[in-house]
Amino acid sequence: MTATSAPTNIPFDETKVRSGVLQSLLSSDPPRSRVLSLILVAILFLLAATPFLFSGSQPLSTAAKICVFIVLVASYDLLLGYSGIVSFAHTMFFGIGGYGVAIALERLGAAWTSVGIGLLAALALSAALAAAIGLLSLRVRAIFFSMITLAVASAMAVLASQLSEITGGEDGLSFQLPPALRPAFRLLSEPVFGTAVNGRLLAYYLVFFVSLGVFLLLLRVVNSPFGRVLQAIRENEFRAEALGYRVVAYRTAASVISALAATVAGALMALWLRYNGPDTTLSFSIMIDILLMVVIGGMGTMYGAVIGAALFVLAQSYLQVLMEAGSSAVAGVPILPNLIHPDRWLLWLGALFIVSVYAFPGGIVGRLRQRGN
Amino acid sequence: MTAPALETRGLTIRFGGHVAVNDVSCRFTPGTLTAIVGPNGAGKTTYFNLVSGQLRASAGQVLVEGEDVTTLPASARTRRGLGRAFQLTNLFPQLTALENVRLAVQSRADAGWSLFKVWNSRRDLIEKAEAVLERVRLSDKRHVAPKALSHGDQRKLEVALLIAMEPKVFMFDEPTAGMSVDEVPTVLELIHGIKQRGDTTVLLVEHKMDVVRSLADRIVVLHNGSLVADGEPAEVIASPVVQEAYLGLEAARA
Repeated sequence: MTATSAPTNIPFDETKVRSGVLQSLLSSDPPRSRVLSLILVAILFLLAATPFLFSGSQPLSTAAKICVFIVLVASYDLLLGYSGIVSFAHTMFFGIGGYGVAIALERLGAAWTSVGIGLLAALALSAALAAAIGLLSLRVRAIFFSMITLAVASAMAVLASQLSEITGGEDGLSFQLPPALRPAFRLLSEPVFGTAVNGRLLAYYLVFFVSLGVFLLLLRVVNSPFGRVLQAIRENEFRAEALGYRVVAYRTAASVISALAATVAGALMALWLRYNGPDTTLSFSIMIDILLMVVIGGMGTMYGAVIGAALFVLAQSYLQVLMEAGSSAVAGVPILPNLIHPDRWLLWLGALFIVSVYAFPGGIVGRLRQRGN
Repeated sequence: MTAPALETRGLTIRFGGHVAVNDVSCRFTPGTLTAIVGPNGAGKTTYFNLVSGQLRASAGQVLVEGEDVTTLPASARTRRGLGRAFQLTNLFPQLTALENVRLAVQSRADAGWSLFKVWNSRRDLIEKAEAVLERVRLSDKRHVAPKALSHGDQRKLEVALLIAMEPKVFMFDEPTAGMSVDEVPTVLELIHGIKQRGDTTVLLVEHKMDVVRSLADRIVVLHNGSLVADGEPAEVIASPVVQEAYLGLEAARA
């Protein structure tokens, strides 16, 4: 037993300063596993090149959704994985971002100023709400905080569907984008690599680069002196307070930052869909999806968000197609076709989730890093 | 006369009907090491908790350099110069020893609110943390997490965190409890070194009378939550109230 119970942590000397643009972009927190690095590079490449690699609108929509969810899940990981805060109000901030942009574009007309005003208003509202919830409840026991977030998020969802004058109720809001993001817009008259450089492509790259930027920013925050305090609080909040760190203030700041990132993600989602409604950004089932993605990818790793979101969104979009094919391939066999009928995809996703939690308690990233060491 | 580094006035805490600390008034001046002794349950650790802010007093005041900190949370008291090492080891179990100490150094440097720098770009903080680990002879275990350290090493790390805080008032709560005999001198030397600096105020809760005799300039005796004796070590140890309340028991046992 002595050999296996030897400290498993850090043969990787994290105090060593590595210079270079990449290290600076990654905030000195590289993937620390060859396989993980390869997967991440592959995901980055595929997302960056999707418009040129695949034709049709579904791959592009899937890629855009992956980008948005990477930000959303990473911002949730800042809370859950790095700060040890269990919040159920994350989709509320996602929804505020979506509604901010949607309402502004619908009311103020399809211009960039509307996007700006909508986003700023949404960010301000999210920050205020997150700060209020944090200051009021992060000083009490963790379970109460979780319950309060649940209550506030439910209230917000009801509010969004009741205020149908403003939010469109259950139907949501459809709106026009600024001209540069419309499919009819042509930036270049000639196609590049067989792909038309139109407003849709620009909209995709807007989503891609903003997501990349926000993700790298979150990666920086968790690796800052501030991020280190969050981890200390997660480990032993009593001791962190005794060391002179005001725990309530740090936790509240973490939930505000996380809420702001989720708001940006919501705005991107609405811009991409040209629509925002309860089911696309505000519903509780998205909250469950986020939780699954964080856990499958690996809590407290940031890169887990990339893997979790990519895997989950792909499964959501393509597992049914795959099962459809499988089901018809075994059409003659008893029971089997029913078992892998496309309608059962959630069942299999659930099974996959349980297996992955048992097999990789540290998520996929945790497992890969262990192997790498 | 300058204000004492630390003062408590009529400090009291009740848990229901039980008075755990009862009207304790005491001043602690720089350059003095005060041992706080008393039998188990006398309220020593509770007194520490009231001073460093883990518990709120039912009555009375805590003053740091003349400033009333009674209503301030623990973190604010720490930033005003109160440093505390805990009796039951109280560390960040999954972070490395170096990171444990670095967090203390970072707090002292007031660098916790830096959000957009990479933490390891502050070389000064890392170097300072390494120097503190060197002082407690844990340098070779800098990358080991506390949960994998021996009990004695955990105690040393606890002391390292306190040293890294560079407080004005050092509060040690049985720093050598549970340590093996050959590890105790390291910690006692460290405490002696802190006291020798002259500008520090040291409070030490300790059971071992030989340790108290060799280090203390002054002894305060708590019994059932009340202060029953306070003075020079020789005179306190000789006083009848102490012999009866505390030392008598110890002597009988020995």
